[in-house]
This record gives sequence, structure tokens and C-alpha cells, in this order.
Amino acid sequence: MSGVRPMPVRRIAGGVTLRFRAVAVGAGCLLLALIFCVLAVGGGDYPMSPSDVVRTILGGGSPAEDFIVHELRLPRVVTALLVGAALALAGAVFQSLVRNPLGSPDLLGFTQGSAAGALLVVVTGGGSAALAGGAVLGGVVTGVVIYALAWRGGLHGHRLVLVGIGATAILTGVNGYLLTRGRLMEAARAMLWLTGSLDGRGWEDVLPLLAAMAVLAPVVLLGCARPLAITEMGDDLARGLGVRVQGLRLVLLAAAVLLTSLAAAAAGPVSFVALTAPHLARRMTGAPGPNLLATTCTGAALLTGADLVAQRLFAGHQLPVGVVTGVLGGGYLVWLLAAQRKAGRI
Amino acid sequence: MTETIAYETSGQGNGVAGMHDDGPRLSGSALTLSYDKRVVAEGLDVAIPDKSFTVIIGPNACGKSTLLRALARTLRPAAGTVLLDGRDITSLPARQVARTLGLLPQTSVAPDGITVAELVGRGRYPHQRLLRQWSADDERVVRESMEATGVADLAGRLVDELSGGQRQRVWIAMALAQETPLLLLDEPTTYLDIAHQIEVLDLCARLHEEAGRTLVAVLHDLNHAARYATHLIAMRDGRVVAAGAPGEVMTADLVEEVFRLPCRVIDDPETGTPLVVPAARRRTETATR
Amino acid sequence: MVVTESSQISGPARVPRKRAENGRRAAALLGSAIALAVVVVLSLGLGARQLSPAEVWHGLVDADSAAYTVVHQMRLPRTLLGLLAGVALGVAGGVMQALTRNPLADPGLLGINAGASAAVATAAGLFGVATFQGYVWFALAGAAAVSVLVYAVGGGRAATPARLALAGAAINAALYSYVNATMLLDSASLETMRFWTVGSLASAQGATTAMLAPFVAAGLLLALALARPLNALALGDDSARSLGAHPARVRAGAIVAVTLLCGAATAACGPIVFVGLMVPHLVRALTGPDQRWMLPCCALLAPVLLLGADVLGRLVARPGELQAGIVTAVLGGPLFLYFVRRKVRA
Repeated sequence: MSGVRPMPVRRIAGGVTLRFRAVAVGAGCLLLALIFCVLAVGGGDYPMSPSDVVRTILGGGSPAEDFIVHELRLPRVVTALLVGAALALAGAVFQSLVRNPLGSPDLLGFTQGSAAGALLVVVTGGGSAALAGGAVLGGVVTGVVIYALAWRGGLHGHRLVLVGIGATAILTGVNGYLLTRGRLMEAARAMLWLTGSLDGRGWEDVLPLLAAMAVLAPVVLLGCARPLAITEMGDDLARGLGVRVQGLRLVLLAAAVLLTSLAAAAAGPVSFVALTAPHLARRMTGAPGPNLLATTCTGAALLTGADLVAQRLFAGHQLPVGVVTGVLGGGYLVWLLAAQRKAGRI
Repeated sequence: MTETIAYETSGQGNGVAGMHDDGPRLSGSALTLSYDKRVVAEGLDVAIPDKSFTVIIGPNACGKSTLLRALARTLRPAAGTVLLDGRDITSLPARQVARTLGLLPQTSVAPDGITVAELVGRGRYPHQRLLRQWSADDERVVRESMEATGVADLAGRLVDELSGGQRQRVWIAMALAQETPLLLLDEPTTYLDIAHQIEVLDLCARLHEEAGRTLVAVLHDLNHAARYATHLIAMRDGRVVAAGAPGEVMTADLVEEVFRLPCRVIDDPETGTPLVVPAARRRTETATR
Repeated sequence: MVVTESSQISGPARVPRKRAENGRRAAALLGSAIALAVVVVLSLGLGARQLSPAEVWHGLVDADSAAYTVVHQMRLPRTLLGLLAGVALGVAGGVMQALTRNPLADPGLLGINAGASAAVATAAGLFGVATFQGYVWFALAGAAAVSVLVYAVGGGRAATPARLALAGAAINAALYSYVNATMLLDSASLETMRFWTVGSLASAQGATTAMLAPFVAAGLLLALALARPLNALALGDDSARSLGAHPARVRAGAIVAVTLLCGAATAACGPIVFVGLMVPHLVRALTGPDQRWMLPCCALLAPVLLLGADVLGRLVARPGELQAGIVTAVLGGPLFLYFVRRKVRA
């Protein structure tokens, strides 16, 4: 017995093996995402080989290649990369905050809020910059309202869930109404945006999200990951261990709402990335807790992969990326509901 | 038994060479405790004698767990103060409190797929920093905690797979890994069978005796409380009805007053501590007549 | 029938109290019926052109009166549709809440209406179906599929209100992203579906109502027949079995009833949320938890709500109109949030 004892202790208590696996999964997903990006940049009316793409990105391309890669195609894949990462990170934070594997921002009203803001702009005939602004504003306002309504001497996971679902139902009604207000052209544009699409994204669409990720990702990944993992074990226990639970929730919720609404501003409310990425990351790392880093990379790989599929699935006809994530995510969801039910977690 | 301490002046009796000579390390005075608007206790005074194994007893919904939460800083009192080492506990930094006082709540959730050693390792949280995440020190303390609670053999197992008694010992190990001189346990024996209850309580007693920790536990079983506690606090309706050594506190009158249960108190044939025997129904009926 | 049965159960000592209680319930039933009559008259009388009750009466019975065309061509079919759809949604909500033992169960929030919507979108997009007669079978199939799924998720012992509602929200999100995708790919179905998905009584025709009636009648009868066994089921499966009920059979029957009611109502007027949630709550406060009183009372009060929402929508946005589904979402959402804040504790 005593001969066996030291081994598991060293393996687990150090956490080195598990942490190494989480880093490896993150790195693997990031690599996969980059491969998808290179493939996506190489595809289109002017096909390029992966080596040409890499050469051009590193600065060795012809002027024509330079233009195609840097001005036309790269903004799109960078948007995919960032939107995927941001949505996944926000999803992991939400799921951990509400302690429910289904607690993603798409289901809790935040994405619907962004959609309402954007639809209002579309119906009143605003341009694409105003649309992005409307999405951010809608998302943030919804976030603040939901937070205020769910607050009652502290923020608690399941009240956040229920308030969020109520908000989703109201906003779905409002969004449906806004859709009926516009002309068919506007409705079609709104519908495309609502599904989530990466067509024709330029650098100006990427920059706000890039800036937000540069600030918020370190805050969340480095500053909040450990206390968040502790908080999953219960509020009292976390407080007993010295976590300032409510302050942590406020910071994380604000970060997640900002990331979600900026991602929606860049690509529309792409569904199910925020829901599925944390699950996939958890399965791959096998580690308990929020797994934020691995999840972020998984999200980036998911969305770049989905965009590649959306571009290539039907020759000559591009699907909006949201259709691909919706179909894949819906299937995954049914499986998840079945599996979670078996485990008694739904 | 050194615990012949009067309630108000407790803490000095057994000559603790603590940092504070003017009172126990943990106490609460004039506490009003409430959830939302519902007041659970008002004007509550309580002191936890240093190095004692204090057990809080009382009927359901008398405010035992609420008091424990207030003492552990997880519930902010609506009025009054909880003093830890002479300072208002709500004014102290969370991390500093967490290094002095550990709490094992009733409602803790083991994350899915976590192993025993990882869960115990989470207890090291207040000792870690962003840039100093896992040290040899942490490693050693986690191992010692698991050995002290007899779960070292289970280190690599998933917490989900354990029996109730094992799981409770793992949670206690986590609280131990926090390395706090004070440890608060909320009903540590709930849902355990009698053998596992005794196992957990023996463990608590050992932690108290060997390491000189101050333990505070909420317990339901009066006989367990009388046998293991060095200091008893009896509560009813948000008030402390009596406090002191079990031999003095646990009387038939007190049990009747606190639980509305007629009973006899005899000597435990095993330990000589008070043993509460509820009155038989017929005797109760004739007694009330 | 209902009255005698419950008075038989009560022993002699409890008769007076029981009688008072039944009196209160009967008053609630009567009050609901009066409210329904008032709303029906309002629904017939109010709109782009106001009619007095007397004019409505003449319009109904006198083929030569000025109001005959308005009443018979427009207001009557619409009112009848609201009546039937209201009954269907209210009773379905009551049955769902009893079946899942969950106060937040609502066919709209749990995705059953969305299931019908997705099937209708498929019918409209792929097969070009555009009439109620064509929709209804698809809608029933869709509602049935989601009912079974929701039941599978919600029947579990671990299902708390928050968890069940979240599972429903997830199903909703998946189905609506599918509905959005079908609308996006075909602008003709977008044009019809964007009005239909809001939930409205405006498209009412006599034929729709006639087709809807048998489904609602069948569902209603089944639900009323299940009232007593559902009471037993409310105590838990084991208790129900020891009282002589067959939990599995009751559940199957309840799912069939919910499917009939929701599928048909959704096919006729689009997905409408919150009616099935609000009405049973209101009724429970009036009659207590006895399903034998609750379900009839739901059947009377739910159309009051739906028709009231429809009338309100016609009045506030004149000369246009606000769809009933939007009014119920905007009115019902805050009520839901209020309920969540009041009842759900940390």
C-alpha cells in the first residue's frame, strides 16, 4: 500500500500532468485554427497553395497576392479566429458562473440583446458601422438590465438563468416585431446578420474585438481562472477560501458581456460556439473546472473550421457560417441533453 | 477536562499563549443575522474558546448554520461584529481570513471529474499567488492532509466514485490543507451511517487534540455532541440558551427547554459523558397529565 | 361532475370548509367565463372600425346590417381562432406544469412551439406548403418530437425549474437557428415566415378555425380526462402508483394532449409564448392546485389573455397592428421576471 501511495500523489497534487495536457490541447487547437486559416485564405476565385499563403503573409508575395491576402481574405479569417475565441471564452465563463453546462450567452438573452440593437439599426436604415454599434450597445444594455434584475443581495447562478431566459423570450418577440417592420430587402439583410456571417469583413470590423480581446483575455485567463474554479465548488466554500465571490462575478460578467457583444458586432450572433467549445475543451483536456485557455483555442478552431466548411461545402455558393454552427451545434445539443440527463446534471 | 470556562469570559482558562490575552480569537457580539428581510437571530453573543472543540446544537432552523456562516465571514451580519483576533472580520482582507479560519459548508459541490488530490489541492488557494501557483510546500501540505484523514490511498480516484464517508473525509482534508488554526464544520456527519459518523468525529477529535486546532462544528446528534465536544453551545430561536462544558450544559432541563423533548440524562457507560435518553411515550403522557 | 366527486371524498367534519372552497372555485370559474364573454365582445367590436355591442349583435345575426361583412369576414374568424388557440395554449401549459412538476414549464419556453415552427418552416421552405391545412400535420409532428425530447429531459428527478427552463431555451435556440436558416435560403418563405413566426391571429380564416377545432377539442377532452391522475402524479411516481394511477400511461396521454394542443395552435397562429406559463399561475392562485378545477379554469382564462393581447395590439398601433405574440411576450416577460424575483430564492 505504501509503495503505491506516493505515485498518485505526485501525479495529481502537482497538477503538472493535467496542466500540461490542458496546454497541449490549447496549443493543438490553436495550430489547427491556424491551418484552417491558411486553407481559408488559399481558397476562392484566385486559389493559392498553402505555401504561397504563408509566404505572402510573411511579406514575400507579389502585389496582387498581397492585395488579395491582406485586404480581402485575411480580415475575414482573423475575424473568425477572434470571434470564435471571444465567444468560447465568454461561454466558458457563463457556464461556470451559472454552474450549468447549458448556461451560454446565446441562451441567456445577451445575444438576443445584441440582435435587438442591430435590428433596430437595420430597420431604421443605418449603415454597417452603426449596425456594429447597435449590436454592442444592445448587448451591453441587456447585460446591465439582466444583472440588475438578477441581483438580490448578491448574484446567484440560477436566478441569472431564469431572468436571462425571460429576457430572451421578450427580446425574441421584439426582434420578430422588428423583422416585420422592415421591407423585404432589409429583412433579408437583418436575417443574414442574425444568422451570423463573415462575408466581406474588413480590418475595421476586426479592430474593436481585437482591442477588447487584448485587454480582457489576460484579465480573465490570468486573473480570474483560479478563483472561478474555486467558486464552482459553492459560494460559501469559496468565500471560506478567501475568494471575493460577488466582485469576481461582476468582473467576469462584464468581461463576458463585452466579449459577446463585440463578437456579435463583428460577425453577428453566431450560435452554439459559446455552448459547445467549453464542452469539447473539457472532454479533450479531461480536467475539471472552467479550462479557459483550452476553451478559447477550441473556439477559435471551431469557428475557423466552420467558416472553411461554409465556404467550401457547396461549390460556388457560400453559406453563412452561422448556418454551419447552428446545424452542428443543434446536433451536438441533442446529444448533450441526452448525455447530461443520464448523468443527472440537467 | 480544562474546559470549566464561564461563557462570558471564555478563552483565557486553559492558558493559551495566543496573540490576544484579552479574549478568544473568534467571537461575535450583538449579532443580528438575517437573509434578505427575514431575521434569524438578534442580539446574539457568542465566543469560541481557543483550542476547544466547540459543538453547536439546537433544533432545526434555530440559526446554527447561520451563526457558523457569520463566524466564517460568508454572511455579513446586519448588525453587530464578529471579531477575529480582536479585529472586525468584515474589515479584514479575504485572503488573510482564509489563512486563519477554514469553513466546510454543507452544500459544497465537487466539480465533475475532479480527483481526490486535486480537490484537496484546491484548499491551498489562499496560500497561492498568480506567480507562485504550486510549490513543494503545497505538495507537502496536501499529502499530509490526505494522510491525516486517511484518504492518501484514494489520491488518484475521482471524487464522484467515492462512498459518502470517504467523500466527507476528502472534504475535511481539503479544509485541512487550508492550514488554518480555526476550522468550522457545518454538519459534517449528515447523510452518513453511524459507523461513518463516528469515523468522521474521531477524526475531528484527533485533529483537535493532536494539532491543537480550534474546531467548531454544528451537530444534530446530542450524544455525539456530548461525547466529543469540549465546549457546547445550545441555541433556540436565534438565541444562545446555554454554553459551557458538556457535563454542565447537557441536562434534562436544558434538552427539554431547547428541543421541547422530555428526556433523562444518564452517564455514557463508555466515556462517562452525558447521554440523552428521550422519555418513552407513556411516561411523557403521564408526565404531562 | 367535478363538484360531486370532490365533495364525496371529504368527510362529514370537513364539509363546510370544503363547500366554501368549492364555492370560491366555482366563483373563479364563473368570473373567468364572464371575463371571456366580455373579451369576445371587445374582440368583435374593436379594431380599425369601432362597433358598439348592439352593432356587433346585429352584425352577427342580421345579414343586411352594415357591420355584417366586417364581423363575419374579419372579426369572427379572428375571435374564434383566438378562442381556440388560447384554450389550447392555456390547457397545454397547465398540463405541462403538472406533468413536469415544474412551475416554469411552458410549451413556448420549453421549445414545443418552436418544434412546430421548425416543422412548418421545413414544409414552407422545402415543399412550398402555405396553408394551415398543409401546415398542421407538420406542426403536430414537430411538436410531438420536441414534447418527447422535453419530457425525456424534464422527467428526470434532478430537473429543477432552472435546469428544465434552460434545456428548453437550448432547444428553442437550436430550432430557431434552423428556422432562420431556412428563411435565409429562400426569400419567398422569409416573406411569409417572418410574419408567421411572431405569432398572430391576423391571418384567421373560417377554414383555419374549422380545421383547428377538432384538434383542440380532442386535446382538451384528453387533458380533462387526465386531470385526476395528474393530481395523483403530483405527489411523485411512487405515491401515484400506490394510489392506483399508472404514471407511464398518464405521461403518454399528457404528451399526446400537449402535442395536439400546441401543434395545432402553433400551425394556426405561429409560436406564442407565455400564455401557457402565465394562465396556470394565475389560475392556481384562484383555485388551488387541483387539476380538476385548474384545467377548466385555464381553458376559460387563457383565451381571455390571448384575445385581450390581440385587441390591445389592434388598439395601440392603429392604423397598423401589433401581433398578439409580441403583446404576450412584452406583457408576459416582465410578469415572468417578477415571478422569478419573488419566488426563486438563492
